Amino acid sequence: MAYVSRGFRGKRAKEREDARLPPGQYLVDDFPVLSAGPTPHTPFEDWTFTIESEMAELKRWSSESFRALPSEEVRADIQCVTKWSKLDTTWEGVSVDTLLEGVEHDATHAMVFSDGDYTTNLPLEDLLDGKAWVAFAYDGLPLEPEHGGPARLLVPHLYFWKSAKWVRGLRLMDHDEPGFWESYGYHIYGDPWREQRYAGD
Amino acid sequence: MESDAMRVDGNAMAGILGEVFVQEMTAVRIACGGCGKVEPVGAEHAYMRGPGIVMRCCHCDSVLLVVTHTGETHRFGVGRAKWLDFGEGA
Amino acid sequence: MARAAVRGRLNWALGEVVELIDETPRVRSIVLDVPAWPGHRAGQHVDVRLTAEDGYQAQRSYSIASAPKDQRLALTVEGLSDGEVSSYLVGELRTGDKLELRGPVGGYFVWEAEMGGPLLLVAGGSGVVPLMSMLRHRDASGGAVGARLVYSSRSWEDVIYRDELERLASATDGPEVVHTLTRSQPSGWTGYARRVDGQMLAETSWPASIMPSAFVCGPTPFVESVAAALVLLGYPATSVKTERFGPTGG
Repeated sequence: MAYVSRGFRGKRAKEREDARLPPGQYLVDDFPVLSAGPTPHTPFEDWTFTIESEMAELKRWSSESFRALPSEEVRADIQCVTKWSKLDTTWEGVSVDTLLEGVEHDATHAMVFSDGDYTTNLPLEDLLDGKAWVAFAYDGLPLEPEHGGPARLLVPHLYFWKSAKWVRGLRLMDHDEPGFWESYGYHIYGDPWREQRYAGD
Repeated sequence: MESDAMRVDGNAMAGILGEVFVQEMTAVRIACGGCGKVEPVGAEHAYMRGPGIVMRCCHCDSVLLVVTHTGETHRFGVGRAKWLDFGEGA
Repeated sequence: MARAAVRGRLNWALGEVVELIDETPRVRSIVLDVPAWPGHRAGQHVDVRLTAEDGYQAQRSYSIASAPKDQRLALTVEGLSDGEVSSYLVGELRTGDKLELRGPVGGYFVWEAEMGGPLLLVAGGSGVVPLMSMLRHRDASGGAVGARLVYSSRSWEDVIYRDELERLASATDGPEVVHTLTRSQPSGWTGYARRVDGQMLAETSWPASIMPSAFVCGPTPFVESVAAALVLLGYPATSVKTERFGPTGG
């Protein structure tokens, strides 16, 4: 192992013994900001969300029509692949179940896409049955750009890189395909409880 | 382009690139497959705080190179970098 | 222009802390003895890695403050309130401790006397560190090249290397040093008292026509606004080298 620096603990609030933490994670009290590129600053009035198939656009919402949809409060623990976790975070969002209501498809997977060319892939079943939301508020306030505002995907049961910031839509697919981090070496699925951080784990 | 506090220079990647390449990389010239512009690595934009380190074209923001530390080893990914020129006196 | 140097792959090395110098209330210089230190070029940096007992690691880059020919390596670190690495380096670290570092690295943001000038150095806060290495190198190599430093600090107490800069500036052939103090000024202060802007640079920088080399270092928003202002003053973009420190946190 690397040289141990006398007296260094880092910013972690607690040790890793907490039973609510998946293997290899530690708790933080702040909300770290990670990014792969410049922060987009899309005003909510200009934001849209679309559901597409490989061929066509199936559904589209403007910020107005999106906010008219039923939304819910979500309380979740989030796990970042860089090993920090945050418990009991609160969000407000529209369930992906609501968004996919009435959409006819035979898709097995989805590619989530965001401003700034970020993408991430998921099996469709991980987006359904109350497991995923498009969230526009965090901790009672509108979601800030550095944390993904105006809206981000929220899929707390997987590593947080799957909860794409600055989300703009889903492309329904009949096969799986790696998104941005997945194509650079991160795990195609990303289950924190099986510590699926990197491809091949 | 707008200022972004998280953005740093490609020079900040010198350490991680130095672990992957034998050569000091920041003076190496890189051609962007997005806009075609050529710049030294040190002048491109780097985003160091993420699951990986991302180098983007300072003109058009295209992803040029991505370095991830996947557990045991470094993985060096090539995005839209068209070529790298290692020539002397670049 | 920097030559691409060939050398072995970089590895982590262990340096021993031999001296700690409190430069300002928030800033400390760390002087290290690093076995087989290959020497560095002014403007380069090292990556510092800290490891906790349970294996948790954090890593940050710090510019080298010492001159290239110095036997010992000096880093100057600003302690940031939410910075887990910087607060350790400025608060906890003691002489006798060891520090893991990788470098020197960064062949792009360097200045060597043979590269000529004149030099325009623009520093925001702790961005002065690599530029100080350049000024120390310039002083050690005879100071033939014209040099101007425009240095932005919050207050006079926050000016790093204050006395040494005064000493360098007062020598014949010394650099011209212009301070701006953005938050508070000592009574009787007649210098600049605002953020660096185009007007200030127009008054203090070398004219673009004499083909100066510019080095700008500090927090990212500072660097980007200064670099843009220099380009508006006629500096070709390739003559302005930047070293963004990122957000002022970490």
